[in-house]
Amino acid sequence: MVRLEPRRQHSQAMVYLSPVLAILMTLFVGGIIFSFMGKNPFDALYTFFILPINNSYGISELFVKATPLVIIAIGLSMGFRANVWNIGAEGQLTMGAIFGGGLALYFYDSESMFLLPAMFVLGAIGGAFWGGIPALLRTRFNANEILTSLMLTYVATLFLSFLVHGPWRNPEGFNFPESRPFPDAGLLPVIYDGTRVHLGTAFAVLVVIAGWILLSKSVIGFQLRVVGKAPQAARHVGFRQKRMVWFTLLLGGALSGLAGLFEVAGPIGQLQPAISPGYGFTAIIVAFLGRLHPLGILFGGLIMALTYLGGELAQITLGLPNAVTGLFQGILLFFLLACDVLTKYRVRFGTPAAKGEAA
Amino acid sequence: MTGGSKPAQLEVRGVTKAFPGCLANDDISFRIEPGEIHALLGENGAGKSTLVKIIYGVLQADQGDLLWEGKPVTIHSPHDAREMGVGLVFQHFSLFETMTVLENIALAMNDVRDMAALRQQVIEVEKTYGLPLDPDRHVYTLSVGERQRIEIVRCLLQNPKLLILDEPTSVLTPQEVEKLFETLRRLADEGCAILYISHKLHEVKALCQKATVLRGGKVVGGCDPREETAKSMAEMMIGQKLTAPDRSGTRKFGDVRLDISDLSLISDEQFGTDLKGIGLKVRGGEIMGVAGVAGNGQNELFQALAGETEIIGTPDCIKIDGDPVAHFGPRRRRRLGAAFVPEERNGHGAVPDMSLSENGFLTAFRRMALSARGLIREVPTRSFADKIIKTFDVRTTGASAEAGSLSGGNLQKFIVGREILQDPGVLVISQPTWGVDAGAASAIHQALLDLAAKGTAVLVISQDLDEIFAICDQVVVMSEGKMSAPRPMADVSVEEIGLLMGGLHDLDGDVTLKTKELIEGDRVGQA
Repeated sequence: MVRLEPRRQHSQAMVYLSPVLAILMTLFVGGIIFSFMGKNPFDALYTFFILPINNSYGISELFVKATPLVIIAIGLSMGFRANVWNIGAEGQLTMGAIFGGGLALYFYDSESMFLLPAMFVLGAIGGAFWGGIPALLRTRFNANEILTSLMLTYVATLFLSFLVHGPWRNPEGFNFPESRPFPDAGLLPVIYDGTRVHLGTAFAVLVVIAGWILLSKSVIGFQLRVVGKAPQAARHVGFRQKRMVWFTLLLGGALSGLAGLFEVAGPIGQLQPAISPGYGFTAIIVAFLGRLHPLGILFGGLIMALTYLGGELAQITLGLPNAVTGLFQGILLFFLLACDVLTKYRVRFGTPAAKGEAA
Repeated sequence: MTGGSKPAQLEVRGVTKAFPGCLANDDISFRIEPGEIHALLGENGAGKSTLVKIIYGVLQADQGDLLWEGKPVTIHSPHDAREMGVGLVFQHFSLFETMTVLENIALAMNDVRDMAALRQQVIEVEKTYGLPLDPDRHVYTLSVGERQRIEIVRCLLQNPKLLILDEPTSVLTPQEVEKLFETLRRLADEGCAILYISHKLHEVKALCQKATVLRGGKVVGGCDPREETAKSMAEMMIGQKLTAPDRSGTRKFGDVRLDISDLSLISDEQFGTDLKGIGLKVRGGEIMGVAGVAGNGQNELFQALAGETEIIGTPDCIKIDGDPVAHFGPRRRRRLGAAFVPEERNGHGAVPDMSLSENGFLTAFRRMALSARGLIREVPTRSFADKIIKTFDVRTTGASAEAGSLSGGNLQKFIVGREILQDPGVLVISQPTWGVDAGAASAIHQALLDLAAKGTAVLVISQDLDEIFAICDQVVVMSEGKMSAPRPMADVSVEEIGLLMGGLHDLDGDVTLKTKELIEGDRVGQA
């Protein structure tokens, strides 16, 4: 008989091993699924996970995809540390793109060097505004931020859709639901020629470092951790939970908004009905894969970016449906949560010792 | 079985039980005769609960035998144990609040019976053993002492030959304790063996004829409690000499440093107690005790003083060194020199899965300047934790150990030390030695006395009357959210405090208070 036995102390080793174990199990199960679909599992896994990054352009694309994931996940992880469950990053990303992108469209013939920085500011404000609504609802009316932030995502994406189908549609765009292309002054400079790696990628690295300092060196980060781990102790020393709700939702929203702006001012270059392949949701997995730690999130972001690239290649070369990407992400999260049980419990084989019953 | 020497009701022979990482019971042997009241003594973690669980069939021993009336038995489950005649009164009651006394009793019986007959039996048992209890009352309307009676009646209905009581008096007033003892003595006279588990030594002295002392899972001795002093038994329990708190040095009281006046609060918790017009002044150098049965507003009082509860509109009802603070949160109160130690260590006073360094930072970062420009200053933070560990003899692997890995006594020493090293002008501390071993308890008591001697006003909220008598200068009693007038310790008796604890309204005039002389005997013995 297999059973779980509680550990006396949390296993530190398992905290770091659990994501590795989850990835291995995901590969294993993924291989099985591929073979059921009539593909050679080794070829398929190779196509999915190795082929995308066996050339320098592929690696640069990995960074491009990882950029929004890492930026968003850092913001979300701060909230998750404090038990604030913002799962509406996708909506905050969209709002950031609308606010910042809107500025670029208003000044569509601008050549000012101030346009891009102003777009950054508006992008962050847009995301923070969208994150602030659940914060207000939670602190004023005790409404669950999981529900409100998630529902606001749909409001944001429909709002974007309305804009690009209607008022913001490109007058010279043959009726396609797209905005004007942003002016050059409103586009992120590419920082490595011949690739799409843009300024946002450099910013993501800065966010990782800043996130690490905030979380482990600052008093605010300390408060976040105390509020999350022991709410009663936080109340005892006067760390206000409401303030943490506001702080984490505004921060997470601002970073998501920036990530959204980077997408439309970087790889996309205009506003479209679909600006993100679910980065805001995938970032939740990235945050947990990275153990809510900024450095871990950097690695987690790269791994999840790979599933996007692999999914695209699998469509092209193997003829597999795009849903494979989502499938892999789902399996990974599933195994990750399952493996986390092992930090608190150990697996034991055999029945409990019962020598006393010998009579 | 007739003739010859009578077999013991229960004999435990060489019982051993190991858990991963600890040997909870190591070759334990002792015997209880019919009609004997036998004490099982030991500190927290000495192995008492494990042994009780083995006897009651919750756990199985790895080695060793249980002999019931001379015959070896195997007890597979609590059901078996009850069938055999073992009754257990739990430390924490397992009652359904919204059901009646009778329904609760019926639930715990091994076989379902006719309710009317059961009711008759309950009334009979209650009459025989002097346990007045209306079978039709709902449990939530009952006092703690009455709830315990349900548990006892429940056990007695099964005609037990061995009754086990695990820390039964921790929630009772002295009068209720005395009533419980009368019942137990009557039971013993009828031949029932009683295994009485407690760390309240004066009670053991008053009630028991024999005692087995456990330490670290082993039997370290047996004695006749009637011939021992509480001090000698305590030393047997902890295995070292016990130093009584040193109260020498003249106590001079300064100005009022903590001033509570007309503090009233409606509790926002479902079973909370409202505070009604609390008033109290604590002077510098004075230790004020707040006695009372748990749940009479002590928690609410602590939270109001610590600033955890919001008090709107009446800033003057709490003053620290003359400054109105009732409208302030915990951080501003701490800045004015107040410090607080809550009852619960894990998750309230400390964060269990953070390091001791971080837990030191938790309450001290302002007063000890452990942060600068919004960042944590690593070096001073660590050395502050090291200083606490060193000054208060906290046994740990170091400042980076998780708080949750410390034993209760050591963590409590760390928390108390953390507040004392901040040199507070006012210290409010709730249940300072709850669940703490005797060695750590006496260290904490000494630290509080030393702190008061330096001019701090100390408010001790405690359910433990021994503790209040040992360290306090004055005492007030809380009952149903109200506070009695302060009385100097020197001219107040245990029965007076007991009556105040009971709220004066279920006063029984003719209760004899043997416990009182015993407590005072102890104090003389310790001084």
